[in-house]
Amino acid sequence: MNAEARVQGTQAEQGLIEQFAALKASGESSADILAVREKAFGAFEAAGLPHRRVEDWHYTDLRSKMRTAFPIKEAKSGGVLNIERLNACVFTLENGRLNEALSSFGDLEQGVIVRPMSKALAAQTPEAFGTVATQDDALVNLNTAFMQDGLAIRVKDGVKLTKPIHIIHINSEGESASYPRNLVEIGEGAEAVIVERYVGDNDAAYQINALSEIKVADKGSLIWVKLQQDGEQAQHIGSTAVHLGEEVEFDHFTLNTGSQLSRSQVFVACAGENSKIGCRGVSMLSGKQHSDITLLVDHAVQACESREFYKSVVDDNAHSVFQGKIIVAPHAQKTDGQMMVQSLVLTDDAQVSVKPELEIFADDVQCAHGSTTGDIDEDLLFYLRARGIPEAQARQMLIIAFLSEVIEEIDNERVVTLLEDLVKEWLEAKKG
Amino acid sequence: MLEIKNLHAKVDGNEILRGVNLTVKPGEIHAIMGPNGSGKSTLSYVLSGKEDYEITEGSITYNGEDMLELGPDERAAAGMFLAFQYPIEIPGVATMTFLKTALNAQRKARGLEEMPTPEFMKLVREKAADLNVTPEMLRRPLNVGFSGGEKKRAEILQMSLLEPTLCILDETDSGLDIDALRIVSEGVNKLRSPERSMIVITHYQRLLDHIVPDVVHVLSKGRIVKTGGKELALELEKNGYADFVDEKAA
Repeated sequence: MNAEARVQGTQAEQGLIEQFAALKASGESSADILAVREKAFGAFEAAGLPHRRVEDWHYTDLRSKMRTAFPIKEAKSGGVLNIERLNACVFTLENGRLNEALSSFGDLEQGVIVRPMSKALAAQTPEAFGTVATQDDALVNLNTAFMQDGLAIRVKDGVKLTKPIHIIHINSEGESASYPRNLVEIGEGAEAVIVERYVGDNDAAYQINALSEIKVADKGSLIWVKLQQDGEQAQHIGSTAVHLGEEVEFDHFTLNTGSQLSRSQVFVACAGENSKIGCRGVSMLSGKQHSDITLLVDHAVQACESREFYKSVVDDNAHSVFQGKIIVAPHAQKTDGQMMVQSLVLTDDAQVSVKPELEIFADDVQCAHGSTTGDIDEDLLFYLRARGIPEAQARQMLIIAFLSEVIEEIDNERVVTLLEDLVKEWLEAKKG
Repeated sequence: MLEIKNLHAKVDGNEILRGVNLTVKPGEIHAIMGPNGSGKSTLSYVLSGKEDYEITEGSITYNGEDMLELGPDERAAAGMFLAFQYPIEIPGVATMTFLKTALNAQRKARGLEEMPTPEFMKLVREKAADLNVTPEMLRRPLNVGFSGGEKKRAEILQMSLLEPTLCILDETDSGLDIDALRIVSEGVNKLRSPERSMIVITHYQRLLDHIVPDVVHVLSKGRIVKTGGKELALELEKNGYADFVDEKAA
């Protein structure tokens, strides 16, 4: 890529260059952090916005879809969007900046430390910062260059949290961009459930580029749920980079209903043996939404088990993209990786692009992938209707049933109920 | 009362029903027997409104209402019930949820209030116990992992809950052993009443030993070719369908 002569950038790229110059000139970052930002922006600038000739971005041509790069506009949103039924410790970011008044630092359980990322970075860069999201990815680099705020969470060794932590990202400013950045460390034998939710004003065209770095130490357990419910005009880029120790149980779930354009990236690196990984998600798309889930699970060591299971329901003219890659290193024997992607396409104009890949360099492994795409099964529909259930209701039941299969694999009743409620809400809203 | 007049139906361009005439009065049980491919299952699907069939001629009215104008759910609300030959598995839909949704959808269509959950639960438990449907089965997704016999018992449970006025049993005896056949038949017989009609589609006489029909019809090549009393079934059991097939061929 470096050899490629980039004669002129797009308007968006040019905008980012100007914004970065202004950020540097503002003098807000410490010398250490500025160096980190500059290195990341340099890497971004060399490659530019990814486009369809970059293999990982073939189905989501960001260079053509992102015409303009909006500047950061920090402002209060006036929104309180707690999900009461989660009974969680809530932290709220507004337009990329943590609002401490809407964050329940005081409710935290013993053994967990949560700090605003801006303060953590200003004091002393946390040791693990930047060590998990090591991908040379344009959007990861862009987040590092512009990161504003977020949470640095550390659950101490052996601490099992009973309440989930709920991170709410609210975006309310039109023609703005935000760059939230989190770092989450789960100690040895510790347990946590973290739900991050992205919401925003349907009237505001905003861009968000979020990055969470997650480290789970040996025997730790983490359920991470991402609810992407951004506003109708939003462009959402969210990356989750994960590093796992030995005998870890890690589950990641993406619920994707928001944004005009979204790309959710999940990078999981298995660094310790005998871990169990579950990456799952459901996408529900309508109108002209374009939604991309790109997943990479790197079995770098032996004897880990991973399940990748994603489903999408695609209506109207929407386009659902799934790219999933499982890599098994040469010495990663006894790896067990099973990937399944299923899509329900409700109209002739809806589109699904699925690219599952296995890159296996070891010989004693069990890996498989599969994919199905289809409309609602007419025989199932007839059975329900023959029992007196009207067609629209029967279709809803079958969509819920289709998606529940993935949701019910999560071993946490509260999370399962929340996700199932959100599926029903989406269906109800679509009907109206 | 069900009235089928000169019914012709095609599937994928092939004419399967070629002029069926049948009248079923309230309280009557009609058996429809016939060889493979005679159009028995097609008749049951066409009656309940499956969309794969093209009706080219004729009419179906039930209690004076034109059924061909109605979708499957509206026919169910009008009182029709098809017990499927092969009840389909519906993963992700719990049996109990399904029963409640179906019952309340029909009540709504008839202008009734939803049944309160405690009352509904009590009703299901009672009826399920009669049919040897375990609480464990009710918790499972509909028909998923059910044995052939369990699926048929679940069908009859649905029938007894929904209380249709016209029951169509499509080869309900297929895949049943003697004990299961007895349980299913008892369940069906319990539902016999002066208001409720039944159409029992079967290959074999043995089901009719348990569910005794008032009238027996022989369907062959898409037409009813003979009608008689219950003794007609015995005759068929002895001589097979060859007479009718030949008669038509001749």
